[in-house]
Amino acid sequence: MLKDITIGQYFPGKSIVHRLDPRMKIILTVLFIIMLFTANNFAGMGVGILFLVVGYLVSRIPFSMIGKSIKPVVPIIVFTAVLNMFFIEGGRVLFEIWVLKITTEGLSLAAMMALRIICLIAGTSLLTYTTSPIALTDGIERLMSPLKHLKVPVHELAMMMTIALRFIPTLIEETDKIMSAQKARGADMESGGVMQRAKALVPILIPLFVSSFRRAEELALAMECRCYHGGEGRTRMKQLKLSYLDFVCCGFVVFCLLATIVCNNLLPSVY
Amino acid sequence: MSTPVIQTENLSYVYSKGTPFEKTAVENVNIQIEKGAFVGVIGHTGSGKSTLIQHFNGLLAPTSGKIWIDGEDMWANPKEIRKFRFKVGLVFQYPEYQLFEETVYKDIAFGPTNMGLSQEEIDQRVREAAGFVGLTEEQMAKSPFELSGGQKRRVAIAGVLAMRPEVLILDEPTAGLDPRGRELILGQIQEYHRRNGNTILLVSHSMEDVAKYAQKALVMNDSRVFMYDDVDKVFAHAGEIEQMGLSVPQITRIFLRLAQLGYPVSSDVYTIEQAKAQLMTLLKKGERPNA
Repeated sequence: MLKDITIGQYFPGKSIVHRLDPRMKIILTVLFIIMLFTANNFAGMGVGILFLVVGYLVSRIPFSMIGKSIKPVVPIIVFTAVLNMFFIEGGRVLFEIWVLKITTEGLSLAAMMALRIICLIAGTSLLTYTTSPIALTDGIERLMSPLKHLKVPVHELAMMMTIALRFIPTLIEETDKIMSAQKARGADMESGGVMQRAKALVPILIPLFVSSFRRAEELALAMECRCYHGGEGRTRMKQLKLSYLDFVCCGFVVFCLLATIVCNNLLPSVY
Repeated sequence: MSTPVIQTENLSYVYSKGTPFEKTAVENVNIQIEKGAFVGVIGHTGSGKSTLIQHFNGLLAPTSGKIWIDGEDMWANPKEIRKFRFKVGLVFQYPEYQLFEETVYKDIAFGPTNMGLSQEEIDQRVREAAGFVGLTEEQMAKSPFELSGGQKRRVAIAGVLAMRPEVLILDEPTAGLDPRGRELILGQIQEYHRRNGNTILLVSHSMEDVAKYAQKALVMNDSRVFMYDDVDKVFAHAGEIEQMGLSVPQITRIFLRLAQLGYPVSSDVYTIEQAKAQLMTLLKKGERPNA
């Protein structure tokens, strides 16, 4: 039931990609996105795809997982591709009915756009598949720490995110329990119209809110008891350290980026 | 013999079937619970007792096997499962967290209202249930969130009692309460059983409570039913029960030791009264160890 929903997409493992410093992984993901947007022909996009294949192979994430993460954005991909296909004119006309025209250029651009979105999703998913949510927030916190000088409460934001992530499974479990308890008292959640169903949620939401507040209060108290008072002067148990592996991977990504740029210059652009 | 109120046949339940997290929680359970019995359900954490009891009122559907309530196949028509929820009332662990209404009265009325009863009938049932658990008229108008922990729990129990279930199942109703709160709640449950003759299943970690209140005991171990028998017969298997990581009542342990030391006492003593009787005869005769 509710327990089966996976929050975050972390796919535990011990591969090189898993062991990379989360900060480096975030930076590399950004570089990868830049790479995708620099590529203006299929050869450049091919470099991006090659990079993804290598990434997924090295991290031992099954390729079927890509499909899983792309599923929700399929409508967007189709929409973009169809628009490009019909409204870009240029090159040879392949097919024509009424005002709709499909041209070679339109077709290749549509393919390019679709590929770009797919790679984008697959690439960012690689980050979330190989990085636990906690490591991810840790990485974000450290990367954003220069913003502290601009009075952005970076540590507090990261702590909030960590706590939220920590409590999602707890809340799901709690929801499950409350739902069972109300069902045991004859609450009917499976039938009726929209209004009736919305009303049927009240017996679940109120206890859930109440217990969330209670938990928040208890957690705050427990944190204070352990002398938590914000990020100032806090040390960490898990120090993030860049290893030579991080630099190797960084080198690989930079190389791919350069390869894309070379492809752009050597081969004609599709737009 | 009359039809058992709960009967199961090869009942099994597997969590997350077909995923890497697959886990069998209940395996091949065949039991018959007689009408009017007060059954203590024991077993340590993860032995499958909570999963099993959730089958009895249709919150979980068995992965395989069958359940009959009052001779009626529970899952013959899944659409009518709600009818069994009214027949078999289930009070969850820490039931106070399910309270949600503005007043205690309304919260207790939630179950009966779901049954579609008339206003007078609901009112009568709510008052009766509240009376059972000792809630005052004044408390009935309060918000459930203003009450103390023990009071909240009694409101939650009343919420289930008000449905007048034929079978009442309580999952550790005394968890986290002080000794007085425990006595109070268990006493009220016992009184309810005595007056209405309903079937009661009490899940408990306390062997003392089971010994004191229940007539029969259902012992779960490792997803299976280890034993279902009269309390004294179950506690006579003290050795096996302790091997499962459960305990027998303290008083039983003392008598087992006395028997070991050679005193002529029986080993199926599990309440203070029985112990007293035995000790008195022992003292009168001026017995010494045989050995």
